[in-house]
Amino acid sequence: MAPVKVFGSAAFTNVARVLVCLEEVGADYEIVDIDFHVKEHKGPEHLARNPFGQVPAFQDGDLMLFQSRAISRYVLSKYKTDEVNLLREGEGDPEESALVDVWLDVEALQYDPAMSSVFFQHRVVPALGGTPDESFIGESVEKLKNVLDVYEARLTKHRYLAGDFVSLADLSHFPEAHYFMELPYAAVFDSYPRVRAWLEDLFARPAVKKVVSLMANDFSG
Amino acid sequence: MAPVKVFGSAAFTNVARVLVCLEEVGADYEIVDIDFHAKEHKGPEHLARNPFGQVPAFQDGDLMLFQSRAISRYVLSKYKTDEVNLLREGDPEESTLVDVWLDVEALQYDPAMSSVFFQHRVVPALGGTPDETIIGESIEKLRKVLDVYEARLTKRRYLAGDFVSLADLSHVPEAHYFMEMPYTAVFDSYPRVRAWLEDLFARPAAMKVVSLMTKDFRG
Repeated sequence: MAPVKVFGSAAFTNVARVLVCLEEVGADYEIVDIDFHVKEHKGPEHLARNPFGQVPAFQDGDLMLFQSRAISRYVLSKYKTDEVNLLREGEGDPEESALVDVWLDVEALQYDPAMSSVFFQHRVVPALGGTPDESFIGESVEKLKNVLDVYEARLTKHRYLAGDFVSLADLSHFPEAHYFMELPYAAVFDSYPRVRAWLEDLFARPAVKKVVSLMANDFSG
Repeated sequence: MAPVKVFGSAAFTNVARVLVCLEEVGADYEIVDIDFHAKEHKGPEHLARNPFGQVPAFQDGDLMLFQSRAISRYVLSKYKTDEVNLLREGDPEESTLVDVWLDVEALQYDPAMSSVFFQHRVVPALGGTPDETIIGESIEKLRKVLDVYEARLTKRRYLAGDFVSLADLSHVPEAHYFMEMPYTAVFDSYPRVRAWLEDLFARPAAMKVVSLMTKDFRG
């Protein structure tokens, strides 16, 4: 069986999300870089994979997918075993898998926009020659604190977000968290001890360590 | 079996999303209004259902859920039959395409549509002036999404394939409000998208929920 392909550099948080799933299930995969400098992402070949010209895209045989959380679900479902069931699929678990869906949507719709806004203003805007919008950063940090208030309470009651089991809902947080910890705003997390402990637990996972090293390699390159 | 409960008025697009799913599967359900004027959404009882103090929340026995698309998935899976399988469970390629286009709806379509609605309808209701720049930027983002949808719906009858799914239905609530605003002409350049929306709005479940939305919006 040919290895699946992930299109896009590991430095992108949305690509890293898919890679951590592939590492968790031990799948064979290949990363195919897309050269943004020569606008390869807007060329017809890549648009056939991802009509928005974004990364990641993903290929398994004839199946072409995009949207990192959809790809992640596909990977975790395809390679699921009794030991590695990060979507909590199975007849006995409709409640557990529903809670994974709940907290994955919180990550996508509440956590990620706040985290990525701060990163974009602080790191990307200057790299493109602009000046970070501090007022926008301030608003994003406030939104993030509202989210972390909820996470702290949740993680005081459960070991992980969806319950006492790790899931895609937890893993989906690590790529933005990795970059955020390198920003001056990382101190925001100091008021949230359970959240910090939960993140440290995630960062200690072999799959996460592997992907963090890929992200660091690509970010410097 | 007790009917499931949906907390929040049908006028909210995120509540309407869940109601469409309940109507499609023919489930017994009850809507419990949450009084925002009295700040009920920030009270301890509602925060126990939805820790962000938002709507919808959803209860099935002891199970309490929030986030409308997560609730929708739960409903469509629980009440799935051979005829009504709007997540395409059992077919990995079809179900993953539902996931793809539902994420497009959530992360690309919904933010653009809801920004326009918020500026044009909510801001004035709160005593403010619509920010035309934000509206303009949101419309441009929406056009980029509709460009992709038009191409996709030229090749397939629905977004995930030649079968209707949650990915399509999830678009109905915001589309309903958008069609009541001066910006609807944006959709005139997208004939396949218009036809697809008309098809969705003609579904009995969509018609039922639109009537609930309209009643609640006035009330």
